[in-house]
Amino acid sequence: MENSFISIKDLYKTFKNKNGDVEVLKGINLELEKGDIYGVVGFSGAGKSTLIRCLNRLESPDSGVIRIGEHDITDLSKKDLNIHRQKIGMIFQHFNLFDSRTVYGNVAYPLEIAGFDKKYIKHRVEEILELVELTDKIYSQIGQLSGGQKQRVGIARALANKPDVLLSDEATSSLDPQTTLSVLDLLKDINRKLGLTIILITHELEVIKYSCNNMAVLENGLIVERGSVRDVFMNPQSETAKLFVKINAEFAANQWVKEGEYI
Amino acid sequence: MNLNNSSLFEVLKSAFGKDVWGIVAPAIKDTLYMTILTTIFTLFLGIVLGIILVVTDKHGIHPLPVFNKILGAIVNVLRSLPSMILIILTLPLSRLFIGKAYGPEACIFALVASCVPMFGRLVESSILDVTKGKIEAAKSMGTPNYYIVTKVLVPEALPSLVRAFTVAVIAIISITALAGSFGAGGLGDVAVRFGYSRFKTDMLIAAVFVLIVMVQLVQFIGDAVSKHIIKKRFLS
Repeated sequence: MENSFISIKDLYKTFKNKNGDVEVLKGINLELEKGDIYGVVGFSGAGKSTLIRCLNRLESPDSGVIRIGEHDITDLSKKDLNIHRQKIGMIFQHFNLFDSRTVYGNVAYPLEIAGFDKKYIKHRVEEILELVELTDKIYSQIGQLSGGQKQRVGIARALANKPDVLLSDEATSSLDPQTTLSVLDLLKDINRKLGLTIILITHELEVIKYSCNNMAVLENGLIVERGSVRDVFMNPQSETAKLFVKINAEFAANQWVKEGEYI
Repeated sequence: MNLNNSSLFEVLKSAFGKDVWGIVAPAIKDTLYMTILTTIFTLFLGIVLGIILVVTDKHGIHPLPVFNKILGAIVNVLRSLPSMILIILTLPLSRLFIGKAYGPEACIFALVASCVPMFGRLVESSILDVTKGKIEAAKSMGTPNYYIVTKVLVPEALPSLVRAFTVAVIAIISITALAGSFGAGGLGDVAVRFGYSRFKTDMLIAAVFVLIVMVQLVQFIGDAVSKHIIKKRFLS
């Protein structure tokens, strides 16, 4: 697809350590459209975190090409990389907010880095906090917030500089089910309102089922299945996808069974 | 006056009397002068050293493994020398730069040389406690390295840095007292010259009393500041 917004071609990554090399990504190819919410699911150690971290070069791939918009992310100087990173938002499992700053300070941070003036920063922070419904917490400290509120601040911080892409690295994995739903609703809302492309990695299939249009299943550093979420659910082809769908169905079917009886 | 020729009560009374404080008071001034000057140098150089150690580590934000190893080795060498030896070793330096090897100014070299590596290591460990995730978040937003240091690492580590600084100031007070016996003057000098060599126990008590008060005060202020920051950030 020539008109895809993000394209990943033949991406390889090996981690070298004392006990030998571990090949984490073994030739990933992925295309995605602008404005899509794309989910990548995989069990622990499948390489999904490494994959998403290659997209903003928190990890440098050994070989392969990653194109976002017109730019090849793998071929940037450090300075250019920083400029591009300002247009790639990222949210994290453990939020990674700055305790030394208030909610306002956290959301203002990427704008300070980008060199905006104080007046614009104030305007933009207020605007974005309204979007994530945290206007009343603007001068709160991070330590005063609940998990869901922290992730909303994380999302606000990631969106402050009007990015083209939002990367979500297990962003709901440490939240309770109710909060997870509200955060996913927020992501869907943002996607609709701003037309933002979102890539979401998770080990929970429900998350993808609830929020994504298209998905890929990652296993051992390779994409073993991809397609619309609906197709993968209705007709899983690979063993891993079948297993994910089966686990998902069993959880749904057994939710009324008492804990002790469920194996 | 000492316990062989006077009662404990008389010694204590004399320790807080006019004669003794006529000698101790100027010594306090000297000790404060050396401590404050050393503290300023140590604060600045130690933070810079600590940051360099963290940043150039092989897992740091600007890895320079060879440089880091060499710097680490120098720090370790300076730290393994007892302060007393360091004072002797730096005397020629003082003579070179200041023209004399005695007096408060002359011992600053020794004090700084022995306190900076210690405080640098404390700063290093404080900054290493900043979680990797926060650094990654900063990187993901396109933060250049110097902003990672000034806007993330130092502010996030601040409560811990204040505690480290408190420890360092107390160490500076104690090493300053030690330097007193090498011609630097101050409370250590009074304690050794009068209290020890001339058996004036009252002077020893007075000098030690002042040192204890100074250390307690520093610890109290350090604890209060650190706790204040933690409370303000709702971290506890």
